[in-house]
Amino acid sequence: MSFLDDFIWRAVIAGAGVALVAGPLGCFVVWRRMAYFGDTVAHSSLLGVALGLLLGFNVMLGVFAAGFAVALVLSGFLREKRLSGDTVLGTLSHASLSLGVIVISLMTWLRVDLMGYLFGDILAVSLTDLYWVYGGGMLVLVLLVLLWRPLLAVTVDQELARAEGIEAARYELMLMLIIAAVIALAMKIVGVLLVTSLLIIPAAAARRLSRTPEQMALMAAFVGVLSVLLGLFASFQFDTPSGPSIVLASLMLFLLGQIPSFRKL
Amino acid sequence: MTPELPNILISAKDLYLKAGRNDLVEAVSLEVSEGEIVSVIGPNGAGKTSLLKLLLGLYKPDRGSIRRRLGLRVGYLPQKTSIDPVLPLSVARMMTLTESFSRKEVETALAETGVLSLIDEPVQTLSGGEFQRMMLARALLREPELLVLDEPAQGVDHLGEAELYGLIGKIRDQRGCGVLMVSHDLHVVMAATDRVLCLNRHLCCEGEPQEVTRHPEYLRLFGMEAGSRLAVYSHHHDHVHGLSGNVETTEFKQAP
Repeated sequence: MSFLDDFIWRAVIAGAGVALVAGPLGCFVVWRRMAYFGDTVAHSSLLGVALGLLLGFNVMLGVFAAGFAVALVLSGFLREKRLSGDTVLGTLSHASLSLGVIVISLMTWLRVDLMGYLFGDILAVSLTDLYWVYGGGMLVLVLLVLLWRPLLAVTVDQELARAEGIEAARYELMLMLIIAAVIALAMKIVGVLLVTSLLIIPAAAARRLSRTPEQMALMAAFVGVLSVLLGLFASFQFDTPSGPSIVLASLMLFLLGQIPSFRKL
Repeated sequence: MTPELPNILISAKDLYLKAGRNDLVEAVSLEVSEGEIVSVIGPNGAGKTSLLKLLLGLYKPDRGSIRRRLGLRVGYLPQKTSIDPVLPLSVARMMTLTESFSRKEVETALAETGVLSLIDEPVQTLSGGEFQRMMLARALLREPELLVLDEPAQGVDHLGEAELYGLIGKIRDQRGCGVLMVSHDLHVVMAATDRVLCLNRHLCCEGEPQEVTRHPEYLRLFGMEAGSRLAVYSHHHDHVHGLSGNVETTEFKQAP
């Protein structure tokens, strides 16, 4: 395990692990038009970071808790339908980000690398983080496989699924939980502001290349992992920030997938 | 004529559904038995779809009760299912959306509704009629005891419409399942149905098609609605019904 002592390898392995999970999950985010939802949950991460630091437990756990709480509040508001969905999302998204920044700035006894949280600091991934990413990631993958059919059914037509005996509300809640978990795992890699890109761009790139939902999920995982590898390589090579490099790498792959001759699948 | 209790698939008593201050569904009671085709007709906004969704358990009634036969298997065709092109979905995959079936079973069901050749097409490329036939095949795969169809002929041309209702009748004959369907288009439904419920938030009248078309409430509802389209209803006090009970063409005394 000595190569895990090398921060570069830790970065590569953590990034690949997160991308592997984020790809298939991202398909649901894309299919259900939850991009802004994911963003809002991600923006609440800073609050979770503050929570974790304040109470002295693992930051990922704090982010997960905050993300899930915000997801619950959101879905409550969205069900109300007094305001349009994107207004509610826009409000909560920026409010939770602001609150997070303020709480962290008030904790003057701590030195928090805000830039690292906002844009990711994959090179600071520790061995503990790695265990979290792979433990949590594995759990999420297993859940996704087990819940795949009902989740997809609810995504295609919620009422049809319910009429055929699927408890839609339960699965929608599970999906939010999983999204909050993956955002917590991925935050360190690309940061609060870029984390949804890891969900959305690989899935978007995979759309043109697939004919079934399952193909799209696998393809998205593949594109995601490739983006992390390319992005990190570029980051080391040209000394660019790692999070944004990964995002741009996935954008390149997305654009490549738009070229007609690559679509013959 | 009183059906034995075990033959009743679903029965609803005194259902109410409110939306804000208004009643969408008012004091509706109905039942559907095995092997019976029941059609709910009514103008737009009459609460037809809401009634179906109450019966399916998608909405909770504000008052009233619904009893289903234990373990009732329901096949449902929603009014409109639009599938986002961002989701790559073939007909075969759509068929196994909520339950897994073998390729053979899927093929048999699609063949029964006449769309086997579309099995590997993306669902988004299907025409209205093809889509409804696929959805019908989907419902059949689950071996339903009760088929619930919300405007099954939507987006289907006139020829296809008659064929589709013919197919539904055939399915009922072969499988003996109950069928509950909603429609706002009268003439084909009347021919293909055992019992008609005429709904305008409350049940205006019900019975066999021939009886219902003579009911004053029915004439008031559909006479006026159809009249605005064809302007032939100014004197329907002396009209004669065709064999199908078809009001729309009585002026011309045509058999359908």
